[in-house]
Amino acid sequence: MNPPPENAIEFIGVEFRVRSSNSILHNLNLAVHRGEVLMLLGRSGSGKTTSLRLINRLETPTSGEVRVEGVSTTDWDPIRLRRGIGYAIQEVGLFPHYTVEKNVGLIPGLEGWNRSKIEARTREVLRLVGLPDADFLKRYPDQLSGGQRQRVGLARALAVDPPILLMDEPFGALDPLSRVQLQKEFRELHKRLQKTVVFVTHDVGEALMLGDRIALMESGSLRGVFTPKVFLESNDEIVKAYVEAFRTAQSVLNA
Amino acid sequence: MKLLHFFANHRAEVATLFGEHLWLVGVSMFFAILIGLPLGVFLTRRPAWRALVLGGTSVIQTIPSLALLGLLLPIPWLGVRADRLTITALSLYALLPIVRNTYTGIMGVDAPIRQAAIGIGLSPSQMLWHVELPLAMPVILAGVRVATALTIGVATIAAAVGAGGLGEFIFRGLAMVDNNVILAGALPAALMALVADGALALLQRSMQRPKAS
Repeated sequence: MNPPPENAIEFIGVEFRVRSSNSILHNLNLAVHRGEVLMLLGRSGSGKTTSLRLINRLETPTSGEVRVEGVSTTDWDPIRLRRGIGYAIQEVGLFPHYTVEKNVGLIPGLEGWNRSKIEARTREVLRLVGLPDADFLKRYPDQLSGGQRQRVGLARALAVDPPILLMDEPFGALDPLSRVQLQKEFRELHKRLQKTVVFVTHDVGEALMLGDRIALMESGSLRGVFTPKVFLESNDEIVKAYVEAFRTAQSVLNA
Repeated sequence: MKLLHFFANHRAEVATLFGEHLWLVGVSMFFAILIGLPLGVFLTRRPAWRALVLGGTSVIQTIPSLALLGLLLPIPWLGVRADRLTITALSLYALLPIVRNTYTGIMGVDAPIRQAAIGIGLSPSQMLWHVELPLAMPVILAGVRVATALTIGVATIAAAVGAGGLGEFIFRGLAMVDNNVILAGALPAALMALVADGALALLQRSMQRPKAS
C-alpha cells in the first residue's frame, strides 16, 4: 500500500467549459490539505460551485484533472467516490418524502449496514449536529425549521463518516441568528471530527470565521489562497475590496 | 321501476357480467401498468424516444375502439379468443395516460433533489426507487385513475366480440330498443367507474406525505 497522499484533493490544470460558452473554470490549480477547512469564496458565477461539483464528479473537467485521495475522479467509480464524500447543500437537498431518520439512514442502508447499526449511527450524527431529541426522527423535512433542516442535511452528509465533506453555501438560506449558531457549532464539530472540508460561500465573514484557508475565485480563475490572517492584510486589489466590504459592515454596526 | 324489476329478475346475470367486466378491466390495467410504467421510466432515460412513444400511444387512442378490435382480430394468437383480443385492445388504450404521467411525474422531480441524490452517491436505479418513483407517484396514480375510468367505459365494447361484460346488456338493449336494458348495463358500469376512481383517489391521498400543521 502506498501511504495516503498529503493532499486529500488536488485540482491540476483544470479547465471546465460547457458546450460553446466561455470557459467557466480556467487553469485551476489548487490543493486541499488533509483535515483542513478550505473556503471557496467568490461571487455568483465565479466558478466556486462548479469547482465543488468537480470534486464528487457531478461534473468532469474538460481538460486537466481533479484528484481525490491521489486518484483522478474519472478513474474512480462515481458511486464509490461520492459515498466517500459527504455532500451538504442548501436545504432543498433533503428528500421531502422521507422522514429525518430515513434521510440520514439511506446511504448507510445502501451500504449494507444492519438495522441496529443504522439506528445507532443516525442517533449519533443527529446528536452531533445538535438534534438529540428522538422525536425528530419521525418528522418530515417540511415539519422542520430552516436551521433544523440544515442540521439534518449535515447529519446525512456525516452518516457514513466520510473523510471529505463538501458544503455548498449550507447556511445561506438561514436567518442570521441560526446562521451564526450553526457556524459556531460547525467550528466545534470540525475540531472534533477533523474532516477535510471544502466549503463554498460568498460571505467574507463566514470565510474568515470558518476557514483554515480561503481560496478566492474570480470569474473562473483562482485569485489566490490565503489564511484568514493573510487575507485581512493582503494587498491584492480584489481581496482588499472584499475586506473593505466586510470592515464597512462591521464599522457600521459598531458605530 | 321497470329497471329495478329487471335487476331483481336478472340478479345472477348482472352479477356475472359485472364480474366479467371487472375482470377484463383489472387484467387490462395490470398489463397497461406493467408495460406503461417501465416505458414511461425508459422515456426519462432516453428522451429521444419521447416523441415516438407518446405519439404512438396517442395514435392508438384516436382509433375508435370497435375499429381497434377489428384491426387486432386477424392477428393469429390474439384473434382466436375474445378475451385476449379485448384485453389487448383495452391495455393499449390505457397505455397513454400511464406512460405520459410516469414520464411527466419523474421529470417533475425538483432538480436540487435530483442533484443531492446523485451527490450523496445514489446509483441511477437507487435514484429511481428511492427518489423518482415515490415523488412521482401522485402524478402516476392520476394517470392510472384516468386510464381506469377510460377502460371501464371502453370495456363495454367487449360484448361486440363476445368477451362478455356489462356491454352485453347495452347491446341487447339496443337490439331490443329497450332503454331499461341499456341502463342495466350502463349504470353498473358507471358505478364501477365511480367506485374505482374514488378508491384510487383515496390511495393517491394516502401517498401524499403529511404536511406540516
